[in-house]
Amino acid sequence: MAYGAGVDVGSTQTKAVIVDEARRIVARSLTMTGANVIRAAESAFQEALAAGDLREEEVEYVVGTGYGRYKVTFGNTQVTEISCHGRGAVHLFPRTRTVVDMGGQDTKAIRVSPTGEILDFCMNDKCAAGTGRFLGAASSALDIPLDELGPTALRGDRPVKISTTCTVFAESEVLSWLGKGKKIEDILLGVHQSIAARSTGLLRRVGIEAEVTFTGGVARNVAMIEALARSLGLPVNVSDESHYMGALGAALFALDHIRAARTPARQEAS
Amino acid sequence: MTCTLGIDVGTTYTKAVVLDHADRVVGRALQPTGFKLTAIAEQVAAQATADAGLERAAVGYVVATGFGRHQVAFADVHVTDLTAAARGATLLFPGTRTILDVGGQTMKASRLGERATVRSFRLNDKCAAGTGAFLEKTARYLGYTTAEIGPLVATSKEPIPISGVCAVFAESEVINHLSQGVAPADIMHGAIVSLVGRSVQLMKRVGLEPEFTLIGGILRFARMAEVVRAELGAAVNVPPDDLVQFTAALGAARLGQRQLARRADPDVVGAGAP
Repeated sequence: MAYGAGVDVGSTQTKAVIVDEARRIVARSLTMTGANVIRAAESAFQEALAAGDLREEEVEYVVGTGYGRYKVTFGNTQVTEISCHGRGAVHLFPRTRTVVDMGGQDTKAIRVSPTGEILDFCMNDKCAAGTGRFLGAASSALDIPLDELGPTALRGDRPVKISTTCTVFAESEVLSWLGKGKKIEDILLGVHQSIAARSTGLLRRVGIEAEVTFTGGVARNVAMIEALARSLGLPVNVSDESHYMGALGAALFALDHIRAARTPARQEAS
Repeated sequence: MTCTLGIDVGTTYTKAVVLDHADRVVGRALQPTGFKLTAIAEQVAAQATADAGLERAAVGYVVATGFGRHQVAFADVHVTDLTAAARGATLLFPGTRTILDVGGQTMKASRLGERATVRSFRLNDKCAAGTGAFLEKTARYLGYTTAEIGPLVATSKEPIPISGVCAVFAESEVINHLSQGVAPADIMHGAIVSLVGRSVQLMKRVGLEPEFTLIGGILRFARMAEVVRAELGAAVNVPPDDLVQFTAALGAARLGQRQLARRADPDVVGAGAP
């Protein structure tokens, strides 16, 4: 049995996924990227190997992706995270036409063809507004752990209107709402809706076509899923693997390379 | 003699100045704004009057300015920060034609006409990369407090380029530089150069007419004015001591004196409405 691996070195977290020849996920791992990107990539890969009870030689091909993909020193090649998220999303939800990837420091809107090719994409690369960092700012301002933000926001019923664009100013706006006596639930609901509105703006620039698949670390947040679906007026596909979608896509590309190498007659690059 | 009080409720600090009839500063006070604007305004006003050795009742007129001016319950009148800054800057430097005001969460450039009227202005309050918050964030990523920025950057010889596109993204950039052994002072210097780049752009949009007067809390860092001077290739006025932080409050208090003068003699020259 041959295996392919994908290592997605994100701005905040590094994810690794290993798939078998039948495209089934056999192992995954998650580690904080931190300052030493090369080490983060290595340890994510090693942890995935351990999780799948695999030896390094059994993995024939490794694809690096994410902003730190060139730091995956043991990788055989690199693919952009845009291609990987598109590939992973279409693999899990074959009717995906639009992908929204919300990560720690960036949000990307991607339009894909029925075969998973990237038709268009758009990302915030100059400004942290509307990214996971906006939630990070709310988390530290309100002193609520990141993974409790979503469940807390879902209990809100009268969302505040967040007026600041900048993530840095949002932190003070959140505190000023608290000072005005607003409930934490309603402030957080407002924060989620504000991010959803910015992401919808980004998605409009590539064109929104059903189905929409939500990927990236923020896709674990229940309130964000709901706010996004409401803002888009469309249901949003989310899977337990959404957080690992980039690494999954990379692993699928790795599998393509393994197969192409085995059938020299059809050696087409993916 | 009747004194007036100018109070500037800024995004980060609330400042108050007490001015006597001869436009002399006789009292001042400053506190972090926080989130209870009405209460902090009351407190800073009380401190400034005490600093002047006056009873509150001895203050003849109160002018409020700054983003939180409408929360100053005891003010006789409210004026915009631009108007107040123009009055304050021209009181200190009568030849002022262009003002750059860099505060904790805002950056403003304005061009003045005759008699301290604001002809044109540009603001940034949408993005922290163009405000003092950028320097505060950079300092925090480096492990320094805001108060330490001045002494830290004074030791820098050569700024390291910082992109300054986003105050959040700057964190990765700062960490990268630190891990490559760049001195924190040079990173901080780079952040100031980047902020000044944005300031000069904003000033260009209102027209670069000398004299230039630089005000706002961020100008407490002497390096900031030095870099602006170098970028503009022109002399710049910087209010002495920490008056740089009180310029808008000073202008507000001066407008109060004009109002008192007009009340005493409706024909007094130059006593236009604030």
